[in-house]
Amino acid sequence: MIEQLIIEGLAIGACYGLFGVAVAIIYKTSDVVNFGQGEMGMISTFVAYHILAQYGLPFWLAFVLTMVFAVLLGVFIEFFFLRPAKDPTVLGLIIITLGAEMLLMGLAGWKWGAEQKDFIFPLSVQKVHEPIPGLVLNEWSMGVFALTALIMVLLFLFFRYSNLGIAMRATQQNQNAAKIMGIKVERVFSFTWGLSSFIGAMAAMFFAARSVLDPNFMMEPFMRAFAAAVLGGLTSIPGVVMGGLILGLIENFFGYVWPVWKPIVAFVVIIIILTIRPSGLFAKHYVKKV
Amino acid sequence: MDMKRDYYEDIEIFSSGTVLFWSIALFAVLFTLPLYMPSYNIYLFNIILVHVILAVGLNILVGYTGQISLGHAGFFAIGAYGTSLLMMHLGIPFFAAIIAAGLIAALSGFIIGLPALRLEGPYLAIATLGFGLTIMHIIGRWEIFGGRMGIQAPPLDIGIPQWGWSVPLDSDVKMYYLILVIAIVMVIGARNMMKTRIGRAFVAIRDDDIAAEVMGVNLLTFKTLSFAVSAFYAGVAGGLFGFVLGFFDPFTFNLILSIIFLVMIVVGGLGSVLGAVMGATLITYLQYDLLKNVDEMPYLGDALVWISRKYFTVIGLENFNSIMLGIIMLGIVIFEPLGMFGIWIRIKKYWKTWPF
Repeated sequence: MIEQLIIEGLAIGACYGLFGVAVAIIYKTSDVVNFGQGEMGMISTFVAYHILAQYGLPFWLAFVLTMVFAVLLGVFIEFFFLRPAKDPTVLGLIIITLGAEMLLMGLAGWKWGAEQKDFIFPLSVQKVHEPIPGLVLNEWSMGVFALTALIMVLLFLFFRYSNLGIAMRATQQNQNAAKIMGIKVERVFSFTWGLSSFIGAMAAMFFAARSVLDPNFMMEPFMRAFAAAVLGGLTSIPGVVMGGLILGLIENFFGYVWPVWKPIVAFVVIIIILTIRPSGLFAKHYVKKV
Repeated sequence: MDMKRDYYEDIEIFSSGTVLFWSIALFAVLFTLPLYMPSYNIYLFNIILVHVILAVGLNILVGYTGQISLGHAGFFAIGAYGTSLLMMHLGIPFFAAIIAAGLIAALSGFIIGLPALRLEGPYLAIATLGFGLTIMHIIGRWEIFGGRMGIQAPPLDIGIPQWGWSVPLDSDVKMYYLILVIAIVMVIGARNMMKTRIGRAFVAIRDDDIAAEVMGVNLLTFKTLSFAVSAFYAGVAGGLFGFVLGFFDPFTFNLILSIIFLVMIVVGGLGSVLGAVMGATLITYLQYDLLKNVDEMPYLGDALVWISRKYFTVIGLENFNSIMLGIIMLGIVIFEPLGMFGIWIRIKKYWKTWPF
């Protein structure tokens, strides 16, 4: 029983972590907290649903097309909504991303209506396997673990060895210095949004497979994922995944003991942890210089 | 021009005769409004005035003190539930109940202000967001709050019925006068407060909190005070909102509502009482009137229904509201970061210096 709680918690936590990584990549590079991330994933999932239901394409093809859409969506939002704003404040940036969120949510509601739909996903929560005796895993969790591990390794290699990854890190450290070094900072931002939207869309599909598909379905997972990202420290990608795992475990155990308060335990924990460690558990806290 | 020559000129409520004249004209219009307005519009005006109170309070926190709150729907809910429950279960008269509910909201604002001492930007956003959601879930779970079914507001009586002195306000028009008086008092109160030591301390924290601390502004006192004052405004607004609606449930106070509150002050213009009033009026009008039945709008409505039929779904057209709100939010930050107040200032400058 206790192993099952741990496994389940880790699986959902990994999914939070994966989505949190999408939030963290944007924050890391451009200091923008993307409150529209959930709705970007939501609309990508709806596109996948539309392709599957309307044109009857095989899942892998729909997946590829959706990923292309997700990247374009991310680039679109950066190019048309964030780039034109001149020296926006932190609050201004939050309003922009919240505006994008409302816009996407309205569009999805307009196009697909508010009724709930079933998203057909090849990895189901019902089908279970027992790879090691005593350890029961469902296909969904196996998919999440594999995908999260893969994305983490790829991101590590990307940030470590590719020119673009290094350019993104440089942009994060000092935008002006990066510009002087010949990095096209705007282009780096566009790419960041594309990458983040890509990862977010994958995680959103996993969330949709667990619950139902409607224009609000990413609201709760997004807030959990965001909380997980803040818990781990928004600037450290492994920290974000760790934060997701911790949050998933806390939530699952707490939900087992005291199911009524499951939806809010995450936030209470976050507020307490932030009070003690203002920059999250795994990020370095920089003291602001005057 | 608007040159201030001494301190007393700076702290005047009405900075010139023109302002005094137009303020009196506005009050006259507002107080005689029910004479030439149909009753549905009075309901709309009640909601606008409630939102004006809240927006002015939120502006104290966001516009003047520079903190971010995505949890104001929580304070709003505390006010609404607090007032109604105190009146229903303890039989407390209206004015005492609404002030008590406001103070409960202020206390929770103070508590949420404590972590805010160490948090900023996105971290503060998530902490306040978590607070709003927590409040929504708590009132959704506890039986005393009516659970998910919501509660009915008690009959509004501004007298003290237990002592045999009863002044029932049973129509929208009577409620309108009550809300109008409270709104005017609270808006002028906010405007005045920003000219005192406290208000200047808030602005100093917004501009640079470290510099403010060096100058002798106690961050602990003033940051939590800003949260508390803002929450008090939200609580009083919430208490009135409960009576305007008559019936409310926890989902009335969701995250979208917190976002809409934030939009009101950003659209109106941060750091200005007038801006908050204008923003609350415009956004409430759009939300509750113009965009509510978008398919019945002249010309545009038919076009939208046609587009819906061809590319979207007609049943989903109600989401047009959310699309417009999103576009307004994006547009205002990109094209007019100072909001409606910025436009107002530009118009004023243009006419004052006209031939030049």
